[in-house]
Amino acid sequence: MEQIKKPVLEVKAVSKHFSGVYALRDVNLQMYEGEVTAIIGENGAGKSTLMKIVSGVYHHYDGDILLHGRKVDFQNPKEAAQSGVVIIHQELNLIPNLSIAGNIFLGNELKTAVGLLDYRAMEKKAGELLRSLHLTINPSTPVDQLRVGQQQLVEIARALLFDSRVLIMDEPTSALSDFEVELLFRIIRDLKAKGVSIVYISHKLRELFEIADRYAVLRDGQSVGQGWMKDTCQDKLIQLMVGRDVTTLYRKEPTCSECEVMRVENLCFKHPVYRDELLVNDVSFTLRKGEVLGIFGLMGAGRTEVMEAIFGLHPGSVSGRICVDGKEVKIRNVKDAIAAGLALVPEDRKLQGLILNMNVANNTSLAVLEQLTRFSFIQNKKERELSEQFVKKLNTKVSGTMLEVDKLSGGNQQKVVIAKWLATHPKVLLMDEPTRGIDVGAKTEIYKLISQLAGEGMGIIIVSSELPEIMAVSDTILVMSESKLTAVVSREDATEEMIMKAALREKA
Amino acid sequence: MNKLTIKQYILKFQSIIALLVMCIAMSFLSDRFLTVENTWNVMRQISVNLIISVGMTLVILTKGIDLSVGSVLAIAGAVTASIVKFGAEIPSMNVYLQFTLVGAIAGGILAGVLLGGFNGLMITRFKVPPFVATLAMLTIARGMTMLWTGGFPITGMTKEMAFIGTGWFLGIPMPVWISAVVVLIAVLVTKRTQLGRHIYAVGGNETAARLSGLKIERIKLIVYSVAGAMAAIAGILVTSRLDSAQPNAGAGYELDSIAAVVIGGTSLSGGKGSVMGTVQGALIIGVLNNGLVLLNVSPFWQQIIKGLVILIAVGIEKINSKEE
Repeated sequence: MEQIKKPVLEVKAVSKHFSGVYALRDVNLQMYEGEVTAIIGENGAGKSTLMKIVSGVYHHYDGDILLHGRKVDFQNPKEAAQSGVVIIHQELNLIPNLSIAGNIFLGNELKTAVGLLDYRAMEKKAGELLRSLHLTINPSTPVDQLRVGQQQLVEIARALLFDSRVLIMDEPTSALSDFEVELLFRIIRDLKAKGVSIVYISHKLRELFEIADRYAVLRDGQSVGQGWMKDTCQDKLIQLMVGRDVTTLYRKEPTCSECEVMRVENLCFKHPVYRDELLVNDVSFTLRKGEVLGIFGLMGAGRTEVMEAIFGLHPGSVSGRICVDGKEVKIRNVKDAIAAGLALVPEDRKLQGLILNMNVANNTSLAVLEQLTRFSFIQNKKERELSEQFVKKLNTKVSGTMLEVDKLSGGNQQKVVIAKWLATHPKVLLMDEPTRGIDVGAKTEIYKLISQLAGEGMGIIIVSSELPEIMAVSDTILVMSESKLTAVVSREDATEEMIMKAALREKA
Repeated sequence: MNKLTIKQYILKFQSIIALLVMCIAMSFLSDRFLTVENTWNVMRQISVNLIISVGMTLVILTKGIDLSVGSVLAIAGAVTASIVKFGAEIPSMNVYLQFTLVGAIAGGILAGVLLGGFNGLMITRFKVPPFVATLAMLTIARGMTMLWTGGFPITGMTKEMAFIGTGWFLGIPMPVWISAVVVLIAVLVTKRTQLGRHIYAVGGNETAARLSGLKIERIKLIVYSVAGAMAAIAGILVTSRLDSAQPNAGAGYELDSIAAVVIGGTSLSGGKGSVMGTVQGALIIGVLNNGLVLLNVSPFWQQIIKGLVILIAVGIEKINSKEE
C-alpha cells in the first residue's frame, strides 16, 4: 500500500510584486521527499522569482512557505541553507581562483582551535563530497581550472555540505554537454534515493521527461497546471506554457544551393599560452549559399574556437586559409571579418553580444555606425529607422527602440544581437548557441529566421550543444571531438546515434 | 508609461535640486554669497576643475581613471610659462626662437596630449591597469615639472597671457568662456558622434564592443590624450591667473575632479553618465567650497564635509538604481 506522503516544502498562495507589477500571483506548490519537481514556464513566467522566495533571496512577499509543515520566513539564503533549502543559481557563483574546498566552505569555513583556517579538515570533507558526486579531482585545485560541468558539481557539493533536504537547480544543464548531463542525472538519482527533494528548472523539456517526477507549469506568474510527468507529454506541457499550440518539432526547408560562399582550409588554432596544444586542429570545410552548417560537439571540443578563429579574434594563434566568394581573405581583426562579409552572433549575449545599458537602437547600429554618420555626427533618424526595420523583420517585442536592452527577455535580447549583425549585410552568419537560455516560443522564431535567411542566400554556421536543435536546422552537420573534425554528415543521413558516436571519438 | 512620477522627477534632477537648495541656503546664511562679484568668482574657480573633469568624464566612461591630471596640469603650465617668458633656445645651432602666445599655449597643450597619450599607450599596449599607469604618471609628471622649473615658480609673464585667466569678454570672465566651449564640444562629441557612442560602448561592455569591430585601443588612446589636453588647458588657465607657474600646482586636483564626475552621476564601472552631469557635479563642489569659506568653516571641517557630500550623493544614487 502506498503511504500518503507529506510535502517537505509547501508554497501557499504566494504573491510577489515589483513596483506594482505582479511577478507571482497566488502560487501554490508542494514538493515531496525523494522526488524531482520540474518547474516549467517561459522566460519571465516567474520561475526564478518563486525560487528566490523559497531560498530566502527575497523575503518580502505575501503568502506562506511551509517547511516540514512549519511556517518559515527566511531572511537570507544562508538561513534557508541552514534549514536545508539550497539553491544553485543559473549563473555559477564560484570564486574562480579559490580552490574547490575553499569554494565549498565559503562562508562556513572550518577553523582550528586558534581560529585559523583548517585546510586539512576542509579538504578532507570536500574530498568526500566530491567522491559522492563521482568527481575525482584534488579539492585544492582552483575552480577556474575546471570545466563548466565540473564547476556545476562543485556547486552541488557546496549544497550537500548543509545536509540539504530541498535542492533547487536553476537551469543546471544550460552549459553542459549531453555527457555531463548524464552524469548530473546520475547524481540527481542518488540524491533522490537519499530522500532529498529536488526542484528542477529547465527549458529542455526532453530532459524533464527523463529526470522529473512531477511538474508545475507557471505562466505570467500564476500556476496553470501541475501533475505527474508520466501522465503528460511534451506537446501538452508546451501548450500549458505558452497557452497556445506550437509546432514542437521544427524542421528547416532545404534551401541549399550549389554555389560556394565560404571555404575554410586547414584551420589551426594554437592555444595562446600552451603553444603546442591545438584548440582547433586542421579543420577544413565549405559552406554553400543558402546552406545551414551545424557544428556539434561536446563541451571543449573546439566548436566555439572554430568560430572565433574564423572571425579574427585570435590573429596571432590562427593559421589556415579562408576564402569568401572564391577569394582568399586575410582576417586579422573583427573589422577585417566584417569587411569580408562575416558576422558572429556570440555564445554569451550578455557578456559578448550587447551593451546592456544601451538602448535597442544603439545596440543595433553599433557595427555599422560609420554608415549612419554625416560630418562624423550620428544621424539619429537613420539610426532609429535601421533599428525599427529590424524590430519589424525579426518580430522583436519591444515597446520602443529607445528601451534599454537589459530590460528585455533573453529571446528579444538575442534578436537585438542578430539585428546588429544583419545590419552589416553579411554573406556568412556565424551563430554560437543562438538559442541558449531562451524560451520555446522565441526559439521557434529564431529557427524560422535562420531558415528565412538561408532562403535569401546567406550561408549560416550554427554551433549548438543541443543535438535536436542541430538536427532540426542544419543542412549539413559537422561533428567535432578533441579539436578535430570527426564527421561530416548530410542531414538526410544523420542519426542521433552516429553523431553522438562521432562526438565521443577520441584521438587515435 | 512615459509619464514620470514626482519621485522620478526628483531623482532625475537630484543634482540640480541639491545645487539649488545649497544656493538658496547659502544666500540666507551669508550676505556675501549672492553678489555679482562672488558669483563670477565661484564660476572662475569652478572652470579649472570643470575643464579637468570633462576629460576625466570621458576616461571614466570607458571604465578607466586618470590620477595624473594634477601633475599634467603643472607641467603644461610650466611649459607654457617658460615658452612665453623665455622662448626656446638651441645653443648648439645658435638659434633662439620667440613664440607668440598661441605657440606657447600649443606647446603646453602638446605636452598634455603627449603625457596623456603615454598613459593611453601603457594602458592599451602594455595592459597596465589605468589606476597604476596614471598613478605612475602622477609622480613622473610632477618630477618633470620640478626638473623643468628647478623647483621654483616661473613668474612674470606678458599681459596677453594674463588675459586668459583674468580677462573679461562680453562681461563674462575668460575662464568661464573657455570652460563653456570645452563643455559644449564635449557634449556634442559624447551625445552625437561616433566617437562618443564608441566611448560609451567600450565602457558598457568592452568585449561586446570589440566583437562589434570597434577599435578599443584607438578609442582609449584618444580618451587619455584628451584627458591630458584638458588638464593642460586647465594648467594654462591656472598659470595665467596666478601670473606664475608653480611647481606644485594642481596637486590633489584629481580628487576634486573625480568627485565632480561621480557626484554628477557617472558610474565608475563605465558606460553610464554624461558631461552635463559632471557640470552639475563641478558646480556643487564649487559652491560647496565657496560657501564653506564664506561661512568661515575651518579647512579641516571643509575636507570632512566634502567627503560626506560625495558619500551622500553616490549613496543616494546607488539606492535609487537598486530600487529600479
